[in-house]
Amino acid sequence: MGRFVTLFQISEPGAAPLPHAKRRAVGIDLGTTNSLVATVRNGVAAVLPDEEGRPLVPSVVRYREHAVAVGYEALAYAAQDPHNTIASVKRLMGRGLADLGDDRRHAYRFIDGRGIVRIATRAGAKTPVEIAAEILRVLRTRAETSLGGPLDGAVVTVPAYFDDAQRQATKDAAMLAGVPVLRMLNEPTAAAIAYGLDNAVEGTYAVFDLGGGTFDISILRLSSGVFEVLATNGDSALGGDDFDHRIFCWALEASGLAPLSPADARRLMAKAREAKEMLTHHDAAPIVATLADDARLELTLDAQTFTNITQTLVAKTLAPVKRALRDAKLAPADIKGVVLVGGATRMPQIRRAVAGFFGQPPLTNLDPDEVVAIGAAIQANKLVGNRESDDWLLLDVIPLSLGIETMGGLVEKIVPRNSTIPVVRAQEFTTFKDGQTAMALHVLQGEREKVADCRSLARFELRGIPPMTAGAARIRVSFDVDADGLLSVSAREQTTGVEASVAVKPSYGLTDAEIAQMLQDSFAHAADDANARALAEARVDAERLVAATQGALASDGALLDAGEREAIDFALRDVAACLADGDRNALAAAVGVLDAATGRFAAKRMDRSVARALTGRRIDAIE
Amino acid sequence: MIDFSRNHFELFGLPRGFQIDAGALEDAYRDVQRAVHPDRFAGATDAQKRLALQASARANEAYRTLRDPVARAEYLLSLHGVDAAAETDTRLSVAFLTRQLERREAAEEASRAHDVRALSALVDEVRSEANEAGADVARRLDAAPRDAQATVREWRFLVKLADDLDALCNAEADSWGGS
Repeated sequence: MGRFVTLFQISEPGAAPLPHAKRRAVGIDLGTTNSLVATVRNGVAAVLPDEEGRPLVPSVVRYREHAVAVGYEALAYAAQDPHNTIASVKRLMGRGLADLGDDRRHAYRFIDGRGIVRIATRAGAKTPVEIAAEILRVLRTRAETSLGGPLDGAVVTVPAYFDDAQRQATKDAAMLAGVPVLRMLNEPTAAAIAYGLDNAVEGTYAVFDLGGGTFDISILRLSSGVFEVLATNGDSALGGDDFDHRIFCWALEASGLAPLSPADARRLMAKAREAKEMLTHHDAAPIVATLADDARLELTLDAQTFTNITQTLVAKTLAPVKRALRDAKLAPADIKGVVLVGGATRMPQIRRAVAGFFGQPPLTNLDPDEVVAIGAAIQANKLVGNRESDDWLLLDVIPLSLGIETMGGLVEKIVPRNSTIPVVRAQEFTTFKDGQTAMALHVLQGEREKVADCRSLARFELRGIPPMTAGAARIRVSFDVDADGLLSVSAREQTTGVEASVAVKPSYGLTDAEIAQMLQDSFAHAADDANARALAEARVDAERLVAATQGALASDGALLDAGEREAIDFALRDVAACLADGDRNALAAAVGVLDAATGRFAAKRMDRSVARALTGRRIDAIE
Repeated sequence: MIDFSRNHFELFGLPRGFQIDAGALEDAYRDVQRAVHPDRFAGATDAQKRLALQASARANEAYRTLRDPVARAEYLLSLHGVDAAAETDTRLSVAFLTRQLERREAAEEASRAHDVRALSALVDEVRSEANEAGADVARRLDAAPRDAQATVREWRFLVKLADDLDALCNAEADSWGGS
């Protein structure tokens, strides 16, 4: 009630900008096992708990007859209703059925759609994007209730080693859940922000992040307010879940039980997890379960056995650590501190392995479950403009090389791994037959040389190349990776200047049309008014644009000549009038005009700020 | 936009030349990123966001090029209108290529025999030859860029070879050292 009734105070263009109220910004950690939402209040970042004071939302979604349950409520039914209760959906994001490998061990009924995997539930076939969106919706609602209104912006974290399809799927899920995403942030980087700002550290640090289903290692240099990621590596299918599974397998073998039903398997997996957690502080843990056919299982797992059966998993974390150090051209001794992130780093064998490798005990003074959400909240607070004085800068990288298929099934790398983002890189290709008018382009991500060993991201077809002799056409393929680490690819023929058309078919993602349909469906189910919501969002965007423009005019208005100033003022008045009218299409058109009118102004301002940044330095250097 | 007609040196306010003050480059890069990075424009107009993205990507590209000595040398040549990477320019000598091919074969043989010591000796040898080429480029590039062109190409080739052999050597060491 009253959710969309917002009073807009529009000041006269040219008058002082509104003394802006604190904007509602959150950081969201969408985890394999648990998810969290955090915000900065009174300068302190903290996780937002539910009414019962619980900070975590178990990342479990249960599809009931006519409703969806998320979190503890869903978790409670994991064993009873295994087909309709989805846990660890993060491991399925942006994946095809063939990619799943060990993850197929889940009880779900998978349907192999075009590329993307779907799970059959009583509510119909669900994609991982839709399932993750249910979790994000709960977090958004929690934040809106706690902060007293719709969110102005959110930073959503992803594992650093997520590939493009996995990142895009996460962003799609956030969009579907109505989360206004300001930035996608790598989890270890988020942890480094929380740790670095809290402890005012300088030097080169490693962040070792072992979550429920993903492993990341990032090497960062922290120096005078700049967080620079030097290298990142990892394994996007390795986490605490795998340690549970080892215990599960050990228990099956030790008890001599036959293969279990899905419900029993869930039950035993839960017991395995409890045992793992108990072994953090104890030398032994009991595993006791009564199965559906009254078979009883009673075992004791001691710490030494646990260490032995998980040895290869621990070793699997150290290989990416070595690769990251090598890419950063550093030795273990160059690392000043190792920050542990993720619940799975509580396991003693992990701590011992990390301490042994780096020759120093890891830093554990921050809660490994909360530190990622906290870091994301700090960045969201900055991006939304709440703490302008806080002058720190984040320079992150892409984790995996991006390239294109060439002759012989080989991959030509265009953007190498660990390139600082945003990055734009282009390469020229040519035709290989006389009169060739079309070219198939296959975009890949990965480090291996052969196409078959890399991840297929998208296939393009470039049409309308004018007929030329083989090798004469110059097809310029441009890879653009934005600050979220998301790739877009474009291609055009250079010699003739002819713009060729490009059709993109994401290999493992959802198309824009599919996302639009899902949005539509979700509104229908929630009995939400899609139009009212779209108008509300358009208003928030327009208001943001007006505020940004007024702020820019106040500080840099002198850069404009009279004509330019008049065009901007006119466009501002038009947007204000449309905001008062509430016609969405007219508002969109007015915003478009304002955006165009401010283009040159934006360029002048940016030029000036670069000049100022460099001038300031040179004066410092002289002194 | 930060003016695209300016070259990488001008962008960072540094004197154009092969010899570069690494600290000054790093400081200038950070200053430019502080001014243009998309994180500073999350709440700005779409026009500004697009500009920030382009400007920040441009700064990253310039920094990447100037920080790496080989890329910096090639870039300087390109500013003189010489494309060091183009196949149509001075080709590498047959004698040079033959020698590198022999090295590559020797490395593959050592790899098959799991002879990490021989591999790493080979890496050191190529690396030191690459360093000599680099020193030669450093002496000549600013004074006579066109004369340095052939050496820059050899340098690029040797650095690439050393990196490839290094990777081979590391893969070998990992497969034996991994527990």
